[in-house]
Amino acid sequence: MAGTIKPRDAKELRQAVEWALNDGVTLDVRGQGSKLALGKPMRCDQVLDLSGLSGVVDYAPEELVVTLRAGTPLSEVEALLAQRNQMLAFEPPDLGPLLGLEAGQGTLVGAVMGNLAGSRRVSAGAARDHLLGFSGVNGRGEAFKSGGKVMKNVTGYDLSKLLAGSWGTLAVLDEVSIKVLPAPDQTRTLLLLGLADEAAVKVMCAALGSPHDVSGAAHVGDRTALRIEGVAPSVEARLRGLRDLLRASGAKMEELGTLESRAFWREVRDVAPLKADQDAIVWKISCPPTEGPGIVTRIKARRPAAETFYDWSGGLIWLALPTSADADHEIVRGALGSAGGHATLIRAAESVRASVPVFQPQPTALAALASRVKESFDPKRLFNPGRMT
Amino acid sequence: MPPLDPAILARRSEIVAALRAIVPGEGVIDDLDGMRPYECDALSAYRQMPLVVVLPESVAQVSAILRYCQDNKVKVVPRGAGTSLSGGSMPVGDAILLGLGKFNRVLEIDYANRCARVQPGVTNLGISKAVEHEGFYYAPDPSSQIACSIGGNVAENSGGVHCLKYGLTTNNLLGIEMVLMTGEVVRLGGKHLDSEGYDLMGLMTGSEGLLGVVTEATVRLLRKPSTARAVLLGFPTEAGAAECVAAVIASGIIPGGMEMMDKDAVKCAEAYVGAGYPMDAEALLIVELDGPSIEVDYLVERVAEIARDRGATTVRVSQDEQERVLFWAGRKAAFPAVGQITPDYMCLDGSVPRGKLVEVLAEMRQMSKKHRLRVVNVFHAGDGNLHPLILFDANDPDELRRAEEFGADILRLCVRVGGVLTGEHGVGIEKRDLMGEQFTEIDLDQQVRVKCAFDPDHLLNPGKVFPQLRRCAELGRVVVHHNKLPFPDIPRF
Repeated sequence: MAGTIKPRDAKELRQAVEWALNDGVTLDVRGQGSKLALGKPMRCDQVLDLSGLSGVVDYAPEELVVTLRAGTPLSEVEALLAQRNQMLAFEPPDLGPLLGLEAGQGTLVGAVMGNLAGSRRVSAGAARDHLLGFSGVNGRGEAFKSGGKVMKNVTGYDLSKLLAGSWGTLAVLDEVSIKVLPAPDQTRTLLLLGLADEAAVKVMCAALGSPHDVSGAAHVGDRTALRIEGVAPSVEARLRGLRDLLRASGAKMEELGTLESRAFWREVRDVAPLKADQDAIVWKISCPPTEGPGIVTRIKARRPAAETFYDWSGGLIWLALPTSADADHEIVRGALGSAGGHATLIRAAESVRASVPVFQPQPTALAALASRVKESFDPKRLFNPGRMT
Repeated sequence: MPPLDPAILARRSEIVAALRAIVPGEGVIDDLDGMRPYECDALSAYRQMPLVVVLPESVAQVSAILRYCQDNKVKVVPRGAGTSLSGGSMPVGDAILLGLGKFNRVLEIDYANRCARVQPGVTNLGISKAVEHEGFYYAPDPSSQIACSIGGNVAENSGGVHCLKYGLTTNNLLGIEMVLMTGEVVRLGGKHLDSEGYDLMGLMTGSEGLLGVVTEATVRLLRKPSTARAVLLGFPTEAGAAECVAAVIASGIIPGGMEMMDKDAVKCAEAYVGAGYPMDAEALLIVELDGPSIEVDYLVERVAEIARDRGATTVRVSQDEQERVLFWAGRKAAFPAVGQITPDYMCLDGSVPRGKLVEVLAEMRQMSKKHRLRVVNVFHAGDGNLHPLILFDANDPDELRRAEEFGADILRLCVRVGGVLTGEHGVGIEKRDLMGEQFTEIDLDQQVRVKCAFDPDHLLNPGKVFPQLRRCAELGRVVVHHNKLPFPDIPRF
């Protein structure tokens, strides 16, 4: 059992990494460990626990920026922003229940490290689009920073983009600045009932291509949901516009009010619509929206028991498959074919994740480049070794 | 700039011949007259003739050129439309200038998936023009959009007036194809969202041509908002205008654009285009609201109310499209308008927290006295991106020197109040030597190490962004201190 080291400030964080470098100690870097079951299983010498680096450093609502320590719980940040009617526009999902844990865990930086995003990905972007800057320690035990606390900044390389989605493999963060946005007054949902996948994706693409500012488009079971947010008069007008636009689909339409809408989209965000057992395999597929139904059809031809739903207008497929030793990775990735996109194994037993590529394998030149980039931050491969490869 | 390498200059005819073997015919330009149009970009104070200009037409040619450069240790400067305001595409005397101008085709428009696949030489506005008949557009709108290329936009992570609401290039890019110095061609992203591994596309965006050459881009298309209206707000003090900006955002409104002009800028613009700006105002705001008409009408009222509460003396709402365009005409012509009252001006691009705007403007006035040069301010107030214009006469060497010092002082001030050197124009050669104001040596070394992962011989766009490029071999060493565990205090379990 690996020991744990828990720094209390930036200096101790740097010292911890310096020590690991000196002694050749690999580090399992974690906030609350809520996403440990995601990624390749690791064997690390030591746990580097960032939960001691917690708290909001600075929050200026009129600047639309919050700066916080890396171990700050996501729920704490969300509660703070809610007090000022603001939000994390990228809607970080709570994957806890999907991964067999209790809801409400995890840190904001953990969500950033996975570049997570909810249904608003289609209009507001992912975590990558909201990380303005950070400070942290690289694998040489050096404290460094990148980016800033301002909205517009092109000074030097945008290392924030690299860090978002790096699953803790490039640097250990100490502090981050995140862009926040006003929360909408109202959230409503137009539901179209009874559409098959292909028709549903058509409707969702038409809705997102309309001037009605749709901020979520999901197809769950026989319900196709379109989210409209904003100030009351605008929401009403846009809902009317959408109804007119989509009347030709022939589908029966219903509406969800603000409270029901929030619950519905929280479930979609947290992948709750997948009803398969806890031991079922779960994949996340990102693809061009119009390719979604074809990919699902190809998978279901081979695995009729597959359970799916769509978010991101069809560009995100959540897929549950009966448990298997290889997670059917060849079937899933084979189904992408020439459509473009990638499939990530989100939930599987440790033994399965150890033997199957969890992240989409990359072409040789790209994989080699990514490996050189990793080494430019962490030449001794101290941080979360093997988690992404 | 680094001194020219005499060995490369001596091999010029051999290099030209090698390029002609890759790109036949008119695609290689080596005569002085032919190369003249390439001797500078939009930062025209700095000029230099390239070693030779090459204009490839295919990805295979770009790949062969870069592989040749890598094998023969020849430097190369990529160039789109040459509209960089920071010298990002300025030629280097011992480097090949690689022009992407012939990559000018829109390859695919996919309305259902709301994206367009284009070659890098397509202009920013060209994308919007190609899709406007279907009611779509490409959101980032740098002021050079009529000329600047999308490849250059990717290199510089270009912004524009509307990026507070719609984001910069990086937020509107779905995929790229790029060529590495090895000649390898890699594709990042596509019509889908997010990366399967490290977000190298995000890293490439804004890397100022130092990491790879973009040969294709897939960009996000947005549906045009059904309505846009502008509100013209005049304030008796700059502080009032700045407070109004903060109050609008704090109230939960994200305008499509929110621009500020100081009194001198208003005077120049008004004299130049007659937009009907209030001449008694110390500061002018133009706030644009866009979206469904019912929402725009509602928000326009709220903005007007907030402005009146903050002491606005002029509140005018555009009543039709013609008037909206007129409100913007003065702002859009502000730079040439200022050009009417001064032989030369220097345009800066610092970015600061919005809450520091008043303090920064006041201090800039003090600096103006100290350096005995006028400064006019026109800027993106909504996202704190300043564009101070320093007025001077380049024919007077002392004025030029004072202008450069004044500019550096302003950028240092931006960093001191928590801002950054450049919000959207890039570092290039212009702000290269100020990078140490914002970053420590360790910060910069980490960036250069990333550069080494792409270009270990520092051949791509040399002399830009970094004050000094330490050799990759030197940076690659890992120093391990074999001392005892010196940190007994850190909690362990």
